[in-house]
Amino acid sequence: MSLEVLVFALFAALALGSALVVVLHRNPVVSTMSLVVTLVALAALFVMLGAPFIAALQILIYTGAIVVLFLFVLMLLNVQRESAATPSAGRGQLWGTLIVACAFAGTLVILFWRSGAGVPAPLTAAEVALPVIARLLFSQYMLPFEIIGLLLLAAVVAATVLARKVPASPEEGD
Amino acid sequence: MSPQQIEIAATAAKMLVWIGFLVGALTPVMVWVERRGSALIQDRPGPNRLGPFGLFQPVADVVKFMFKESPVPAAADPFLYRLAPVLALVAPLSTYLVIPLAPRFVVAGQPIAGVAADVDTGVLLLLALSSLGVYSLVMAGYASNNKYSMLGSVRASAQMISYELALTLSVVAVLVPVGSLRLDEVVAHQQTSLLHWNVFPQAIGFLVFLVAMFAETNRLPFDLPEAESELVAGYHTEYSAMRFALFFMGEYMAMGGLSALCATLYFGGWSLPGVDVMAVGAWLAGLPGLGWLGGGILGALVGALILFAKVVVMMLVYVWVRWTFPRFRFDQLMRLGWKVLLPLALLNLVLVAALTVGGVL
Amino acid sequence: MVPISWYLLLAAALFVLGTIGALTRRNGIAIFLSIELMLNAVNLALVAYSRQLGDPTGQIVVFFVLAVAAAEAAVGLALFIAIYRHGRTIDVNRMNLMRW
Repeated sequence: MSLEVLVFALFAALALGSALVVVLHRNPVVSTMSLVVTLVALAALFVMLGAPFIAALQILIYTGAIVVLFLFVLMLLNVQRESAATPSAGRGQLWGTLIVACAFAGTLVILFWRSGAGVPAPLTAAEVALPVIARLLFSQYMLPFEIIGLLLLAAVVAATVLARKVPASPEEGD
Repeated sequence: MSPQQIEIAATAAKMLVWIGFLVGALTPVMVWVERRGSALIQDRPGPNRLGPFGLFQPVADVVKFMFKESPVPAAADPFLYRLAPVLALVAPLSTYLVIPLAPRFVVAGQPIAGVAADVDTGVLLLLALSSLGVYSLVMAGYASNNKYSMLGSVRASAQMISYELALTLSVVAVLVPVGSLRLDEVVAHQQTSLLHWNVFPQAIGFLVFLVAMFAETNRLPFDLPEAESELVAGYHTEYSAMRFALFFMGEYMAMGGLSALCATLYFGGWSLPGVDVMAVGAWLAGLPGLGWLGGGILGALVGALILFAKVVVMMLVYVWVRWTFPRFRFDQLMRLGWKVLLPLALLNLVLVAALTVGGVL
Repeated sequence: MVPISWYLLLAAALFVLGTIGALTRRNGIAIFLSIELMLNAVNLALVAYSRQLGDPTGQIVVFFVLAVAAAEAAVGLALFIAIYRHGRTIDVNRMNLMRW
C-alpha cells in the first residue's frame, strides 16, 4: 500500500463522506459547510493529479467566494431546516430518482472504466510548472478568457439588479 | 541520511521555526506590547504588577483562560460552535507556509529551499488559505444563536471579502515586474538596493495594501464588528475562556501573517541591502560552539531573524494605529473599500504594468 | 501508484450524488449546492483526463468552468433572494405560479 494510494483513499473518502452529508442532511447550513470540506478534499486531489494552480484557484474561488455567498444568502434569508413532518420527496419521486441515478452511475462507470487507462507516467517538474497553463491561457484561449470577463460583468450587473429592493410605491424614486 | 529524509526534516524544521516564532514569541509578546503600548499612548501605567514592567502578564492571561468556565449556549449549534475557534486559528497559520525565511541554502550537500512549501503557486496559495478565515467568522456568528453575534459576523465577513479584492490587486501589482507567483523570486527582485524595495516604486500599492491589511484582520480603525462599545463583542460575544483565547490568538496570527506578507512583498523579506545572509552564516559557523550547525543553517537563521524583526516592526505599527485613530462606521468602511481602495489598486496595477512593459521596473 | 480510473470513478460517484441531491431536495439552496457538487465532479474528471493525456487543455477548461460556476452562483442566489422577498419561501414545491 504505497503512500500515494493511502493519501488518495483518505481524500476520496473525505470527499465522498462530505458529499453524502451535503445531499442528505436537512440543515442547509451544515450542507454548505460539508460542501466546503468536499471542495478542499477535491483541491487536494487536484494537487495529486498535477494541477496545483487549479487547486489553489478552487480554494480561492469556490470555497473562498462562492460558498461564502451561499452562506450569506442562507443566513440573511434565515432558512429553516426542512421539516421532518412532510417528507422532502414523494415515494414516486424517490423511486424515479433512484432509477435515474443507477442508470447514470452505470453509464458513467462503463465509460470511465473503459477509457481511464492505468497509471500515467510520473510528473516532471516542468509539466506542473505554472508557465505552461499561463502560456496556453493567454495565447490559444485568449478569446474565451476575455469572454469570461464579460460574462462575469454581466453576472455582477444581473445579481445587483435582481437582488435590489424594489421601491415601495411607483411615486417613490430611488 | 537520504536526500528525502533531509528534505522532510528540513520542512518540519521550517514549520517548527514558524510555529515557535508565532506561538512562543509573537503572541505572548504581542499581548504584553498591546497592553503596555496602549497604556503608553494613553498616558497611563498599564499592567505593572506581575514581574518587572508587567512582563508576566501574558502568563497570567493564559492561566486565566485555562481555568475560566467556557459555557456553551443552550441553543447553539453544538458542532459549528466548537469548530469556529479552531478554524480561526488554522486558517491564518496555514498562510505562513509560503513565506520565505531565507534563500536557498545547503545542508549536508543538499540544497534546501527557504520556504516551507516550495510551490509555483506561492502567493496564490496564501491568498486562498487566508480567505478560508471568513468561515470562522460566519460559523461563530451563526452557531452562537445570538442576534448580536449574527449581525457582527455578517458585517465582519462582508468587510473581509470586500477588502480581499483590494489586497489581491495590490499583491498582483507587486508580482507583475517579478513575473512569477513565487515569493522567493519577489524577494530576489528586491535584493539589489534599498530603493528596489517595492515600497518605493509602488507606493500607491503599498498604501492600498496597508489599509486592506488592517481591514482584513478586523483591527482598528476597521474593527466595528468586534468593538466593545458597538455590538457587545460582535461575532465572539458568546465565546469565553479558551475558545475566546483561540479567536484572540487567531487574530494575532492573521496580523502576523499579513505583516510577514507585507514585509516580503514591500520591504525585502529576509534580505537587507548590502548584507549577504549566507556570508554572515559562514562567519558565524567559524565561531566556537556553532560550527556543528554549518554555514547553511546559520545563514538561514540569520535571514529568518531579519524577517522576524520586520514582522515585529509591522506589528508595532498595528498597535500604534489601533490606539491612535477612531473607528470607521460600517457604511464608511464599505465605501472606502469599494469606491476608494479598489480604483486605487486598479490604477496602481495599470501604472505598474505600463512601467514594466516600458522597461522601467 | 493510483490509476486514473479511480479518480474518474470518484468523479462519477460525486456526480451521481449531486444528481440525487438535485432531484430529491425541496430546499432551493440545497438543490443549488447539489448542482455545485456536480460541477466539481466534472472538474475532477477533466483534470484526471488532462493528467492521463498529458494535455493541459483540461486544466484550462476547468479554469473556465470555475469562472462560469461563480457567475452562475451569483445570479442564482440573487434570484433566490428576489423569490424569497416575493413569497417568503425557497421551498421549490411551493413555487408553482407558472404551473398549468
